[in-house]
Formats: sequence, structure tokens, C-alpha cells
Amino acid sequence: MSGKFEKFISDFGWPRIIIALFLLLLFASTPFVGVKLDTSISDTLVRVGMNGVLVLAMVPMVQSGCGLNFGLPLGIIAGLLGAVTSIQVATSFDALYQVISSGGSVGVFASALSSVLQSGARGLALFGIALAIALPCAAILGFLYAQILNRVKGEEMMIATYVGFSSVAVMCMAWLLLPFNSPVMVWGYGGSGLRTTISTEGFWRHILSDFGSIDFGNFYFPTGMFIFFAIMVCIVWAFFRTKTGTAMTAAGSNPEFARASGIDVNKMRTISVMLSTVLGAVGILVYEQSFGFIQLYMGPLYMAFPAVAAILLGGASVNKATMANVIVGTFLFQGILTMTPSVINSILKSDMSEVIRIIVSNGMILYALTRKTRVKR
Amino acid sequence: MSNRLDSAATPLLTVDAVGKEFFGNRVLEEVNFSLYAGEILGLVGENGAGKSTLMNILFGMPVISQTGGYDGRILIEGEEVRFSSPFDAIDAGIGMVHQEFSLLPGFTATENILLNRESTKYNPLVEVFGDRIKTLDRRDMRRRADEAISILGFSIDPEALGAEMPVGHKQFTEIAREIDRKSTKLLVLDEPTAVLAESEAEILIKSLRGLAERGISMIFISHRLQEVIDLCDEIIILRDGRVVKETKPAETSIFQVASLMVGRNVEAVSTERRLMEETETILDVQNLWVDMPGETVRDVTFSVRKGEIFGVGGLAGQGKLGIANGIMGLFPAGGNVTVKGEPLRLNDPALSLSRDMAFVAEDRRGVGLLLDEPIDWNIAFTAMQVQDKFVRKILGGLIKWRDDAAMREVALDYINRLEIRCTGHRQRAVELSGGNQQKVCLAKAFVVGPEILFVSEPTRGIDIGAKRLVLDTIRQVNEDTGATVIVTSSELEELRSVCDRIAIVDSGRISGVRDASRPAEEFGVLMLGESPSLVPAAATIGGETF
Repeated sequence: MSGKFEKFISDFGWPRIIIALFLLLLFASTPFVGVKLDTSISDTLVRVGMNGVLVLAMVPMVQSGCGLNFGLPLGIIAGLLGAVTSIQVATSFDALYQVISSGGSVGVFASALSSVLQSGARGLALFGIALAIALPCAAILGFLYAQILNRVKGEEMMIATYVGFSSVAVMCMAWLLLPFNSPVMVWGYGGSGLRTTISTEGFWRHILSDFGSIDFGNFYFPTGMFIFFAIMVCIVWAFFRTKTGTAMTAAGSNPEFARASGIDVNKMRTISVMLSTVLGAVGILVYEQSFGFIQLYMGPLYMAFPAVAAILLGGASVNKATMANVIVGTFLFQGILTMTPSVINSILKSDMSEVIRIIVSNGMILYALTRKTRVKR
Repeated sequence: MSNRLDSAATPLLTVDAVGKEFFGNRVLEEVNFSLYAGEILGLVGENGAGKSTLMNILFGMPVISQTGGYDGRILIEGEEVRFSSPFDAIDAGIGMVHQEFSLLPGFTATENILLNRESTKYNPLVEVFGDRIKTLDRRDMRRRADEAISILGFSIDPEALGAEMPVGHKQFTEIAREIDRKSTKLLVLDEPTAVLAESEAEILIKSLRGLAERGISMIFISHRLQEVIDLCDEIIILRDGRVVKETKPAETSIFQVASLMVGRNVEAVSTERRLMEETETILDVQNLWVDMPGETVRDVTFSVRKGEIFGVGGLAGQGKLGIANGIMGLFPAGGNVTVKGEPLRLNDPALSLSRDMAFVAEDRRGVGLLLDEPIDWNIAFTAMQVQDKFVRKILGGLIKWRDDAAMREVALDYINRLEIRCTGHRQRAVELSGGNQQKVCLAKAFVVGPEILFVSEPTRGIDIGAKRLVLDTIRQVNEDTGATVIVTSSELEELRSVCDRIAIVDSGRISGVRDASRPAEEFGVLMLGESPSLVPAAATIGGETF
């Protein structure tokens, strides 16, 4: 019995147990500091669902030996492109629908789409359009990103960080210049250039979250978002159970071995980077539909760090990550991130949630990167 | 020429029952000897006989304490010592001249010789910052360097940069460094003549003898047996971690030393010969070149008959390892290679593998294994990727699902057959001992079911028991499946015990192919290439740097 218990502890890892106990302590202390427990749990779960896919986007690159995906903003940008395009499409076809209703005639496809967008499937169709635009964009950007990473083997994480940063900077210009004209997105005074924050209300806000969601007083559980997260986890898990996924893992574990077994290591790395970038794009769409807003310009800049912190906290190392690392890590990290500020705020009676959030999230990255623990089997 | 004082004097160095185990693999056992002031001790033995381990223990290398320390005692002038770092050893008066040069390339000979022992002058800043800020006394440094070099009796430009020196000069600079250290009482020289030209080696031998007369003791490790016999007062022959003989040069000969090193009567070939019938050629290599760093293959032509065990031997660095690596596509290569009558396009590992060839690499940890992955992955991976074994096809082959159950089965089968000692098929490869790792590498190659199997350095760094088993396994696979095996090894005796024919590689070319039953001397002559008459053939049995 005690042997089993010890094995559980060593498999789970002391750092995670300590943090889980701390999180439990935070939840337990809520009634005494005047924070609502049900709201806290609900907030934590929502944040887990929002960030889950972004954390999952770390896995392919870690497994193939490209290190942690600090270039996550690149995938996020692809997702944002999909998001703003879908809203532009909605605006354009809404206008078209007006034309049709007043007797104008348009092509078959255009009229079909515009009537779909007026139906109950509007949100889902628009979210689908966002995905359909985001995925190819992410695949192309990921391919180019992989070409850079294949030239800097051993220094991937540093280079990836700056790929992320500079792509955000480039897009700051692009958001201003791209020819979007939907009134809900462009600056009111100039009539061109996208705003920093765009609401998804009326398009696909909570399209996943509200699917079969549970509302119970202050408690809200975004069932659909969790189902979606679960599907994504299953897809990635299944991918690593295939021949290609196995080859990718081997390429990350020992590239020389993989090469001697006839594997094209650069190709495996490229696939993994593309996969990570695509997951980043999907992740941000999930995030935004729950959050309710699309954040452009500097929004994606620091998005990689919470995801990195979460997966490291979940017990992944820079060259091995599992689905369990993703799920456990996201829950612990988002739990701490949600609970620490609210509990401490209530104790200190002042609002310093943002400061605490930064200290906690960066502190965890620092902690996790300095301790390169080997993952247990 | 012995400087041994009366027997009542305390020896400078006493090694008392020293032993060492690496991860349950015994590499050194009950080594005893003592060394008096001014004496030169020659240490000879094959690769892996335990010479380096013994010197690492003596020099307090961290690798020893990290792997559980050593047994027995080491006494310096009658006092037991247990060095925890090389610095302790240096303080105790032991100097080491390494096989690999440890000179700073951007420093001059003088600076390298006096590194961290520079002559210094006072300046006022010393009052504030202490001794570390003293100015270098270049003139005195030059004088000391000149003095150390002149003791050696070899002229080196004291101002030459480390990076620009010829190898011979580097070696002398290293030794001069140890000479300048006035406290040096014992000098360990690990193959100091390996990189020297013959004339340079003679000068070195002479100056070492001069040093011995000044009372410095030496441990001289070399594969050039003639030098050892010329220079040393005592010779210790190590084999498989044991001292097999302690003798004096006058009482022995190169021939005797060589046969003691390999542990067999050199004349007698142990195993019975198989009658090789003339079969068709399965692998034909014409004018192969391979650009493998340190093992360059220049122009190699040979052919291997179906079903034979073909050996590739030669000294280290001559290119024997490059051949298999080149054919398997791991290093840039050119030339014509014909496999089963069809030409093979080189430089593509996947293509070579798909032609029913498999490779057990010499670099087990670097290329041969997925150290962080379990045994079953290691064994099944290559076959899965190359031949779609251990794969379940779903949706008409669209998804190739890994078949863990089949992998487990094959892993357990090989664990059983090759007696791989492990906790189970999910144990990670890094946790296995060297011999068991090698068995995993072999299993990986066997699973592919190759018609041509390349095995490089199959017994490097594994213990005696495992060595035998590995060689027997190779032989057995050859007999059972009819696979053609090409074994590359530095150990000639090993090749002679397992192969049908042996090719000897010298300077990137094949200097000859002989039947394995030919006497060892004949192979020794081939290994030396151009000047076979200069060195007695038996001295090459050690089968490495000469």
C-alpha cells in the first residue's frame, strides 16, 4: 500500500504536489477572506478551458526536440487573422442580405451563405470560417518558422522568442494597413485600421463555451469548451501514437539515432513546428470566443509565457511532454493565477492583482526552467 | 639503468590492491605495484585493459568519485592519499601529460608552460587588490620557459602560439609545463609519442631519461612496445583490469609483452575454421570514399561473399569505421557500392536500410540508442520506420497506428534470447550497463531481419562475459539466418576469432584482405602499411595506435 503511495508521489512529482496543496489551501481559505468559492472554481475552470489548447501547442515542438514554443505568438497571429476575417465576412454578407431582402439578385453561393449567416447556425459558421482561414495561415507561417528553427539547432528557444516578438511587431503595422472595413472593427475616427480590441459579441462569442454549459447560481461550467479541449488533446495524443508521431519523438530524443534509422529529422521538426503553430491558432480562437474579445497589436506579445509556465509546471521538461503534463499543468497554473490575486487582494484590501499575476507567472517560468527535472515514465 | 635505491627506502608511489567497478562492470582488480624515485614504469595493455582508469584514479579525476570511488589504497611516500580532484594530485607532486593536448591556443609556449604559475612583479595596486593584480615578469617567465625547454633538449620557439605549433612541439610544451613545476615528483605520460615523428620520439625518450636522472619518477603509457622496453625500468602488463605480469625489460621481449597483452599465444588461432564455400558476391564496393571526421576513408575496394563474416580491422583513425558509416549513408560518401547486384545510391540512410542492410553503430550512446526511451522502443523503432513492422493500419493505411503490444512481445523475446539484464521492457536504455545496451543495439538490428549486417566495435567498453556473448550472438545469427555480417573492430584477436576473412585498413585504403586463419603477424604487417620490416609484427597485436 505504502509502496503504491510512494510510487504515486514520485510519478506525480513533489513540486506538483506542493503546488496542488497550496492551491487547495487557497480554495479552502476563500470563505474566510470573503471570496465566493463557487465563483472561484468557476473562474478557474473557465481559464483552464481558455488556455488549454494554447498549452497543448507546446507539445509537438517539445517532443521533436525544438524546445518550448516561445514563438507561440506566430500561431496566435494566424488565429487572429482568421478571427478578424470571419467578422469581416459577417459584416459583408449581412450587407448583402439586406440587398437580397430588398429584391437584389446575387450569386447562388453568396445568397446561400448570407442566409446561413442569418440563421441559428450563424455563430458556428463564422467560427468555422475563422478556423478555415486560420489553419492554412498557421501552416504556412509554421513552415517558414520551422525553416528558421532548423538552421539554429540548439538555440531554438531563444530564436523562437524573438520570432514571436518580431512577428507581433510586423503585424502591428499589418493590422493598420490590411483592407478591412467592417465598422465593428475599424477605428471610428479614421475609418481604416483595426482597433486594438474587437468584440466577438453578435458573431461567435461563447460559441463553444455555451454549448451544453451548466449554470448554477454563481457556478458556470463551459462544457462545450472542455469537450473541444478534450478532442484536441485526443488528436495530439493519437498523433503521437502513430508511426510519424513515434518518429517525431525519436527525432527529439536522439536525432542521430533517428537519422541512422532513416528518419528525415528536419522534416519531422518542420511537421512539429507546423503542428504547434496550428494548435496555437486554434488555441487563440478558443480563448477569444470565451473571453469575448479579439485583442490585436501587442495582445499576443506575452501569450507564450503563461503557456510555457503551465506545461513546465505540469512536469514537462524542455524535451519531453505528455498530455498529463498539459492538463495538470494548465489546471495548477491557471488555478494559482486565478486564486492568488483574488485571495491576496481580499487580504490586503487593495487591487494589485496584475502585479501578483506577473510575479506568479514569471516566477513559475523561472522555477520550472531552472529545474530541468527528468520526466518519469 | 635502474635508479632504484636500497630496498629499505620508501617507494614514492605505492598502489595497493586498487580496484574499480563501473556500474557493476569490473574494470580494475587488485592492482599492486610500487615506484621508487627516479624510476620509470612502463604500463602496457590493450584498449580497455584499465590503463586509463588506473591513471584517472591516481590523478583524482572526478569521474572516479562520481561513480562510487575505488577499492584499495594509494600511498605517496608512505602516506595514504585519496585525491578528490586533480588539484590535490598536482599539490602532491603528480604531473600528467595528457593524450589530448590541453594547451590554450591563443597563448604562447611560454605562457602555456607557466600558466597560473607566472613570475610576477610588485606594483602599487597590489596594496589595494591583493596579489592577483601583480604584473607579469615577462623576462623571468621567458628565462624559466627556456630553462624548462632546454632540460627537454628540444628546441621550441617560446613565443610560438599554441594554435600554430606542430603537434610534436605541443607535446613538448606540455611536458615542459610539468618540468617547470618544481614540486613534480611523478610524471604520468599517456601515449606521449603517439603523435610524434620517429626522430622527435627519440629526443623525447632521451629527455625523459634525463628527467629520471634528476629524480623524477615516471609512469609511461605507450603502445610502441619498443620504446617501453628501451625506456622503462619496470614494465607492468595489464589485461582485463588485472596485472598479468610485472617484469624488467632485460627479462622480456616485445614478442612476450605482446602475447601477454592479448592473453593468448599469438601463434595459436583458437576457433575451428569453417569451410567457406564459394558463394556469390552480395556486397561489392569500388573506390569508396567517406568523409567521416577522424576516420577518413580514401579509396576502398573490396567485395563480400554471401553468408560470410567479413572482418574490417586496422589501427584507430585509419578509416576502418568510416566504411560501414559511409555505406549506411551516415557520412558524406562517394564511389560505387553494389548490393545484391543492384547499385546503391549513397548518402541516404533510409535507402540503405531499405536494401535489407542494418547497422550496429560504434557510437552506442550517440547513434545506437534512444537513451531516454524504453527498451521496446529502441528495439522496434528502426523496423517500424523502415519496414512498417509493429504498425496497425487504420482507414486503409491512412493512419499508421503504433502497435504497442507487438513491440512489447518482440522486446520480451529479445530480452529473453540475448539475456538482456533489465527490470522489464519499459526500462529506459540509459539505465542499462554497456553490455546490455550493446545487446539492445544488436536486437534492434536483428529485428529488421537484415541480409547484410554491419557491426562496428561490438565489444568496445563492455566486460569480458558480455563480450563473448555478443560475439557468439553475431556468429549465431550468421549461421541461423544466413545473414552476411561485416564486423569492424580494433581488436584483431576478436576479428580472428569470429570472422572468415579480414580486411585491414591503413591510411583510408585497404592494405590487404587475408583469411582469418593466417598468423597474426601477417595482419600486423598490413596494419603498419608501408614499413612492415621496421617493427616486429607481433607488436601490433594490441590492435590500436602504434
